[in-house]
Amino acid sequence: MRRIAKLATNPVVIALMMSLAIAGCASKKTPNSAADLGLGGAGAATPGSAQDFTVNVGDRIFFDTDSSSIRADAQGILSRQAQWLNKYGNYAIVVEGHADERGTREYNLALGARRAAATRDFLVARGVASNRLKTISYGKERPVAVCDDISCWSQNRRAVTTLGGAGS
Amino acid sequence: MKNFFKTIMLMGALATGLSAVATLPAHALVEIDVNKGTVEPLPVAITDFLSGDAVGAEISGIVAADLKRSGLFAPIDKGAFIEKISNPDAAPRFEDWKVINAQALVTGRVTQEADGRLKAEFRLWDTFAGQQLIGEQFFSSRANSRRVAHIIADAIYERLTGEKGYFDTRVVFIDESGAKNQRKKRLAIMDQDGANIRYLSDGRSIVLTPRFSPTRQEITYMSYESGQPQVYLLQIETGQRELVGNFPGMTFAPRFSPDGQKVIMSLLRDDGNSNVFAMDLRSRTTTRLTNSNSIDTSPSYSPDGSKVVFTSDRGGRPQIYVMGADGSGQTRISFGDGTYSTPVWSPRGDLIAFTKQAGGQFQIGVMKTDGSGERILSSGFQQEGPTWAPNGRVLMFFRDAAGAGGPKLHSIDLTGRNEQAIPTANFGSDPAWSPLLE
Repeated sequence: MRRIAKLATNPVVIALMMSLAIAGCASKKTPNSAADLGLGGAGAATPGSAQDFTVNVGDRIFFDTDSSSIRADAQGILSRQAQWLNKYGNYAIVVEGHADERGTREYNLALGARRAAATRDFLVARGVASNRLKTISYGKERPVAVCDDISCWSQNRRAVTTLGGAGS
Repeated sequence: MKNFFKTIMLMGALATGLSAVATLPAHALVEIDVNKGTVEPLPVAITDFLSGDAVGAEISGIVAADLKRSGLFAPIDKGAFIEKISNPDAAPRFEDWKVINAQALVTGRVTQEADGRLKAEFRLWDTFAGQQLIGEQFFSSRANSRRVAHIIADAIYERLTGEKGYFDTRVVFIDESGAKNQRKKRLAIMDQDGANIRYLSDGRSIVLTPRFSPTRQEITYMSYESGQPQVYLLQIETGQRELVGNFPGMTFAPRFSPDGQKVIMSLLRDDGNSNVFAMDLRSRTTTRLTNSNSIDTSPSYSPDGSKVVFTSDRGGRPQIYVMGADGSGQTRISFGDGTYSTPVWSPRGDLIAFTKQAGGQFQIGVMKTDGSGERILSSGFQQEGPTWAPNGRVLMFFRDAAGAGGPKLHSIDLTGRNEQAIPTANFGSDPAWSPLLE
């Protein structure tokens, strides 16, 4: 959790994410992980660290509009997440569900919750102990991409697997 | 804060009629038919209230601004006035006001009592009938002078339209500041015209969807402060907060019942679906109203408390449903193209306001309670969350125009022709209009 927090508050990383988010507006490709975003290099992080998880496994998956179905392209990422989480069993996990801004606030809170639950259920089905997993919905309150078109919305419709409680 | 309400109640009790100067029988009185499709704003002359300092003109200025924003009145430019009112107790020269087409005239005076209170007197005149329609006086502290102005505007609005006003009301909302991906959200309360803003939370936790209790003293809202998003109650005067219920999952989308005894809200199930529950605030018992494998949220009671309107995607996409307050007879009522959410029952009981998404636009509209007679009042890139003025004639909502960087508050009347921006220092969202103080 500490390392994740550090990563997120590192101004260089944020600036990078911002510029990539803007670049994302121009391309139709949806990045699926920090690795896809080119953050850090493979092997740059200590194996088993939160950074390793974020960079080399991919901490997030994306959803179609108004859907909480796990897409085919997300299943591979979640399977890798499950493998990693099963290998490093000391982390407690919080799955964040998010929605894009193209829905009303309360409905999007519910939609984010459903995405988080669907992600959690997938991880549990891949062997991650359910008592390690919690979910939280942020609805549309925590966008990562802030432009006003579909390239940003598609990045905001996401579930992010966050690690905490290392050593617990 | 306690003193604030006390003073106002005291003030209300001391509102007294001023004797009519003209004694003509009532006939041919000026009035506005608000039920007509198109309402031509009524030209009215609102003179500066006489006073030894600026407070008189301040109060009459607020009265004029309230009436103008309603869209039903057109205050006449003071430069056109012929008669200069020097004695508000005497009948004006009606000819001077008729010639500038002032259908109604407002005169007044503000003086200071020996104990420091303000005494505000006003008279409303029908210029063409040549008679006084209202004469009243109010006592208040100087700090409450804006409320006195709103109460006077409500009295004029009610006398000339036959409908209750909505100016002496407040709005709770979410004040938003900072970058879009790191937005700080604070609970805030202000007068309906944007004045007297006060913050009710510090912005450290995300807070959303505040709504007034019918007493105006309490709000229910959702906060992330415990880590788990949950519904809370907040006493506005004391700042005392309380968690509503003790549920394992997220609770959200709260609203009071019309009697203030219950909070209705959504509760997240472990499977990721959300259902509607009502919690009795006295007995702390919870009643499940829906049990579907879908998202059921945004419940809102009818004003008589017998029914609940809510959003559900049980049919595949978000639509509006109505049920009995016990959960019986759940029936879909929205059938237009697109999706529908955030239904809110009008305080008059006749209409349901909603947000509709269709054709890439977000629309604010109203429909009858059986879903018929849908009318779109406002359409835009991103706008949502209507809340009703207590007289059921005006809606406030929030709009995030493309490129604007954040949402702002707006109001629109039921004709769809009178839209007004509500001034706020920062971005604003989730407005909820208070009831009138009786």
